[in-house]
Amino acid sequence: MIEFNPNDLLVMLPELFLLGATCVILLIDLFIKPSQRDVTHWLALLALVIAGALVWRDAPGVGEGVSAFNGMFLRDGVATVLKLFVLLTTGLVFVYSRDYLRDRKLFIGEFYLLLLFATIGMMLLVSAGNLVTVYLGFELLTLSSYALVALNRDSALSSEAAIKYFVLGALASGLLLYGMSMIYGATGTLDLANIHAIADFSVGSPHRTLLAFGLVFLVVGAAFKLGAAPFHMWLPDVYQGAPTAITLFIGSASKLAAFGMTYRLLEGALGGMRADWTLMLSVLAVLSLAVGNVFAIAQSNLKRMLAYSTISHIGFLLLGFVNGTPAGFAAAMFYMICYALMATVAFGMIMLLARAGFEAEEIDDFKGLNQRNPWYAGIMAITMFSLAGVPPLFGFFAKLMVLKAVIDAGQLWLAIVAIVFAIIGLYYYLRVVKVMYFDAPLDDKPLLLPADHAFRWTLSLNGLALLALGVAWSPLLELCNRAFAVATDIAR
Amino acid sequence: MITLAHFLTLGAILFCVAIAGIFINRKNVITLLMAIELMLLAVNTNFIAFSRYLGDPAGQVFVFFILTVAAAESAIGLAILVVLFRNRATINVAELDSLKG
Repeated sequence: MIEFNPNDLLVMLPELFLLGATCVILLIDLFIKPSQRDVTHWLALLALVIAGALVWRDAPGVGEGVSAFNGMFLRDGVATVLKLFVLLTTGLVFVYSRDYLRDRKLFIGEFYLLLLFATIGMMLLVSAGNLVTVYLGFELLTLSSYALVALNRDSALSSEAAIKYFVLGALASGLLLYGMSMIYGATGTLDLANIHAIADFSVGSPHRTLLAFGLVFLVVGAAFKLGAAPFHMWLPDVYQGAPTAITLFIGSASKLAAFGMTYRLLEGALGGMRADWTLMLSVLAVLSLAVGNVFAIAQSNLKRMLAYSTISHIGFLLLGFVNGTPAGFAAAMFYMICYALMATVAFGMIMLLARAGFEAEEIDDFKGLNQRNPWYAGIMAITMFSLAGVPPLFGFFAKLMVLKAVIDAGQLWLAIVAIVFAIIGLYYYLRVVKVMYFDAPLDDKPLLLPADHAFRWTLSLNGLALLALGVAWSPLLELCNRAFAVATDIAR
Repeated sequence: MITLAHFLTLGAILFCVAIAGIFINRKNVITLLMAIELMLLAVNTNFIAFSRYLGDPAGQVFVFFILTVAAAESAIGLAILVVLFRNRATINVAELDSLKG
């Protein structure tokens, strides 16, 4: 019944390559001196680039859907696009973090290895075709993230954030598993496509209760992972307590993977219960928009403010799901990619200003940045406007696509709620811009920039990309649309 | 006669005990780790009961994966706990309140 097909290995070549490369880097890192740690840095980046090239080679222009290992592993458009951006954002994390880690004596091999393992987990998660692979990918990602948050072993805040993340993350995976067991009981299969085909979702069928029960647990588990209100309580604490390099990772790449997981579970497996989960997600979306935008106003810590801003962006993301069509999912994925790119610049800016013994994580630390360094103040302003959704920046078009999907679904009230909260959100983003341009600097000296040229150039490019993509956003949206067109082909 | 419903009820009770343990407990982080472990065992009970009822071994295979990952999870949890105790000299849940707002 179960056959081994050697070609299946080729389907997951990027993951296998990254796994092999990570093990090799692990060994190399053991034998080099701490002063030669740059070798690990460049090797890790090289591994990501090659993995990205392999992903792209397998599926030029998102390609077509292929499944391997009896449906355990899917390589479709959604997986390909998400993997490319996961690899891109993880690469940005490496580039941005080097000086920051060195200043804090955290420039150690563990950082690179745990991040690479987390990346393998994310790639597996977005390609999962079976509840077992979803679970394994999810745990590989979260277990690495717990350890990464606690990376700074001497910081009381980091360890407190890590234990909170651990307890709530473990609770989330428990809820997710409980939901999976219910779905398994109702359908007798762990394969996502089979669940979609077999499950009898009609009202009055004997399995309906079991499936609805399982669905609620899956939605709660996914909401925990994404950080949607009311399951967001871990998110601000972890963002603030973790070293900024790790916050950058949790806020960008791992959110892309969480999106992939939510899509696989809700649409891939339980697409027949769309009417039920769109209702649940719209409640979560409204709550997230409200909690995120209102609480962000009260924050004086920039990392904490960005955490609440993440919650509100997750609310917007979930609005894309409410539509329940490929166009809606494509808008949601477009939004998630856009958010990941904006978050990398925002946290990258915090790391740019940070020094040894100075975290630059208070909003006041950005006072008068324009007088000290106009170029990076401009980059930060672009990012804040883009996060707020001001045209013609990238963030505006992402919001526009999601709102269009919501209105197409006939949920005009949801769109109105989203716009009202987006306008409330404008206040705290503009406050950062105001502080940078109109307040007197706390320190008159010009900004001491980090010596790492790769970091400065990449950060500038990343910021300018928000401007460029605000003009030329349609190819990316086209990519997302094609990704979901392919995905729905093989799901049926 | 013990039926599927009995096993599912057992699983549900264990799960509720675990959730209560996480939310009610304000004293000790180690109790939280035990509650998390209990929650995963509740899930395992469910999977095995369904697997036996449906005559399908896949559920039991999943249980092996869950057991393995749970072991890794507790190892990481305990490691974080040790780091926390070294920094704060306490593992009292109520005292972990320096991050809030």
